Formats: sequence, C-alpha cells, structure tokens
Amino acid sequence: MSLLYRNNIVMNLISVENLTVNYGANTVLRDVDFKIDLGEIVTIVGPNGSGKTSLLKAIIGAIQPAKGFVKLKPRLKIGYVPQRLNFESTLPITVERFLRLIGKIERKSCILALETAGVPELLKSQMSELSGGQFQRVLLARSLLGDPEILILDEATQGLDQPGSASFYRQLETVRHDTGCAVLMISHDLHVVMSASDRVICLNGHVCCAGTPAVVASTPEYKALFGDGTEGALALYRHEHNHNHDHTTTQQERLD
Amino acid sequence: MLDDFMVRASLAGIGVALAAAPLGCFVVWRRMAYFGEATAHAAMLGVALSLALNISIFLGVLVVAVVMAWIVTQLSGRNYAMDTLLGVFAHSSLAVGLVVVSFLSGIRIDLMAYLFGDILAVSRVDLAIIWSGVVVVIALVYWRWDALLTTTINEELAYASGLNPKKEQLFLSLALGVTIAVAIKVVGVLLIVALLIIPAAAARNFARTPEAMAIGTAVIGSVSALVGLRAAYIFDTPAGPSIVCLALVLFIISSLVGSIRARA
Repeated sequence: MSLLYRNNIVMNLISVENLTVNYGANTVLRDVDFKIDLGEIVTIVGPNGSGKTSLLKAIIGAIQPAKGFVKLKPRLKIGYVPQRLNFESTLPITVERFLRLIGKIERKSCILALETAGVPELLKSQMSELSGGQFQRVLLARSLLGDPEILILDEATQGLDQPGSASFYRQLETVRHDTGCAVLMISHDLHVVMSASDRVICLNGHVCCAGTPAVVASTPEYKALFGDGTEGALALYRHEHNHNHDHTTTQQERLD
Repeated sequence: MLDDFMVRASLAGIGVALAAAPLGCFVVWRRMAYFGEATAHAAMLGVALSLALNISIFLGVLVVAVVMAWIVTQLSGRNYAMDTLLGVFAHSSLAVGLVVVSFLSGIRIDLMAYLFGDILAVSRVDLAIIWSGVVVVIALVYWRWDALLTTTINEELAYASGLNPKKEQLFLSLALGVTIAVAIKVVGVLLIVALLIIPAAAARNFARTPEAMAIGTAVIGSVSALVGLRAAYIFDTPAGPSIVCLALVLFIISSLVGSIRARA
C-alpha cells in the first residue's frame, strides 16, 4: 500500500480511510485506504465477492461504513455508471428527459453527450425500449453531463460485446483526454485495465496490492488471485505502452 | 355556486383527483400499490384515534398515515422486505382501529362513511381542507420532482447525484399521507387506493414522459370524478363507487386502444 500513498497531494478528489463495511455479520471490506487525485485513471480489480461494488457504493454514500470514513472533495461532481440497472417499464421516459433530470441541462449538451457515447440517434427513444448496449451508453452519456470531476464506473461494459466494449473504452479515453476528469472503475477486462490505467488496486476484502499496472501484475498477491494466465495481458500492456495508445484497434485485433 | 351540493362534490372530486395524480404515478412507477393500500388502512386507526381523543379527523389520519409510512421506510431493507412490513402494519392498524372504535361507547360512528366516503355531504370547510391539501401536495411534488424521479429510476444514481433516497421516500410518504387525510371523507379508505392507481394506470398507455403521464392522470381522474358524479345522480348509484367505476371504464378503453396501437 505504501507505494500508493507516499504522494500525499492535498487535492484528493476522494480519500477513503480505514474503511470497513459490514453486511450483517459479514465484513466485506476491511481497513481499506485509498485516494484518487485529479485526472487519474484508477481501476479496481478483484474476484467476485471481493467488495469492489461495496467500495464504490460506500464512496457515493449508498452504504454506511461500519468504521473509517470516505472524504469527498466539497461539492464533488460525480458521474456514476452503476453495474446493473433494472429499468422499470412502468415509467415512461425518453432518453432526453432522463439525461435532463440531472439539473439545468440544455438539449444541445444532451446531444453532445450522446454523440460522445456513440449513440446520438437515441435522443427521442424510450428508455425502457433500449438494448443492453444502448442502455449502457446512455448511462455513460448521463455520467458525462454536468461537468463531472470524476467518473465512477462499475463494470460499465457488462452487456457489451467485445467490439462494443473496446469502443466504450476508447470513448472513455477520449472523454478523459478532453475533460481531464478522473476515472475510478471496476473492470474484468484485464487487458484494458492493464493498458489504460494509471493505477490498479487489487481488492479482496482488503487492498491486496496497488500501484502501476506493471507493478501490480508482478506481485505474488495478484498472481495468487488471477493466476499466471494474465501474463499475456501484461505482455500486451508492455507492448502497447512501448508503442503508443492506439485505441482505434478493437480488442480482437489486439489479441491477433 | 357553492350552495349546490353537486358543485361542491365536483370540486372535491377534482381536488382529490389532482392531488392523487402525481402520487398515483409514483405508486405505479415504484410498484408500491400496496403502500398506498397500507397507508389507507392505517388511516382507519387515525379515524378511531381522532374520535377517541376528540381531535380533527384530518389531523389524526394525517399523523397516523405519515408515522406508519416513516416506520415502514426506516425498517425496510434490513430483515424484512417492504411488502412484509406493509402487511404487518396495514392489517394491524386496521384491526387496532376497529378495536379502538368498539371502546367508544355512546358515540355512534358511521364506519361506512370512512370506508366508502360521502362525497355528496362535502361542506365548504371540507372543500377548504381538500384544496389546501391539493396545494400542499402539488407544491411538494413539484419541488422534489426531478429528485423523486431520479430516486425512482435508481437509488445509486440518486446517491451519486448527492440525493438521499430515504429522504425523498419520506417526502412521497408525507404527500401520500396528506392526500389520504384530505380524501378520506370524500372517497373513503377503500376507494382512495383505486383513485391513486387506476387513473395512473390508464394514463400509462399514452405517455412518453413522466410529466405527460402525470398530466394525463390528472385529466383522467378529474373526468372520472365529474362524469362519475353525474352518472351517480342520473342512475341513483352510490357516488364514490360510481367515480371508481368510471375510472375503470377509462382504464379499459385506454388498454384496448393501447393494445390496438401496439399491434398496428
């Protein structure tokens, strides 16, 4: 952990200290410390049930910690993309109206956000009639509105096919590049994680290891959790890193 | 104008329809039909306590309805699902209410009036109470509209936007409590739930935005009240149930037209 927190900049967007979260008698997170600064891309990896989603929920305030605390920069603007959203078909609402729920948002900004997310044609569609992929992109568009300082994404590419997920990450990269907002995400796409993150946090009820992708991938803790099978991802990461971040290729092409 | 009992009844019916419209939409959207019913049942306890303590029925019903809504909101999500708690509170408050009523010796209570309402007996004072309630409910819902919608769509999105879904739920419960308190005399406990849900359900087929659905619900509810009263006058049928029957007719028409449009 010490690797990460030596750098104690005052302008932490989010700082989590000693966070412990219980569900009944079960402790899902124990003494978690972590910080995220302006413009950083931090990815949380970890097996199922390792408390990844609970950590994000504690950060947005949806669950109360049993111990420790979450400090947000005052009036931090969060763009949040939840893991799953069961949309009630009982509620009629167009994509435009959904996007404009955030506050004083002009139609122009909505169209722009949908373009960034790659689905400008959906403005007038009903939310309940969207496909899984379209829905995820609309959620991404929503998270971009209102000038967020940080995007928090909980397995945002769930339900997207591989080209879809690759283009999702490309759009994310573009957004980060254009707006400079920080990104905190949970992802299972280890290839992407390794090539696109500034820092990786490996979580399993507590922070197992953390640091740059290369450092994390070489730790025994990471190997214990993900096995040596991910060496390929690391090799790919190094390869990508030595050249440039050419995000126009799809995942499949990269693997080829 | 207010001297005519039909005019007073119509104004009362429209008032209740207007207050119930946005709330009925939320009841449908949030799948809390049973919540409305439980609050309405709790209102019976409110009536009984008001009579026992000799306070205004409006106040008694309001307090009991809101307290029950608050308790259910606080307890839900831990060891009990919402519907279990509602079941506990709905039936027990109704039962306790009826038991309390039985202790009130010497006072004759027309229980039927509170179960089914008596819209034709609405006085000027009742009208003033109803329309004050309408103003409060609509102001409350208008103020919290975007926050309530966000919370309804997804609680985590609401938290991330800096909202507190529990607080929003409480606003909704408060508005529901006020509506039931002002409506109990007009349409009664059993029919208020119908008036909350049926117009909203009928409006669903035609709405593409939440706002359109709320306005459509208000129109359908008001038409049900006006035409239902007129029908009750002509056919000499009970007024409250006639209003609900009219709403049901509109719901059936809406569903038929909706399914024909879906096929076309």
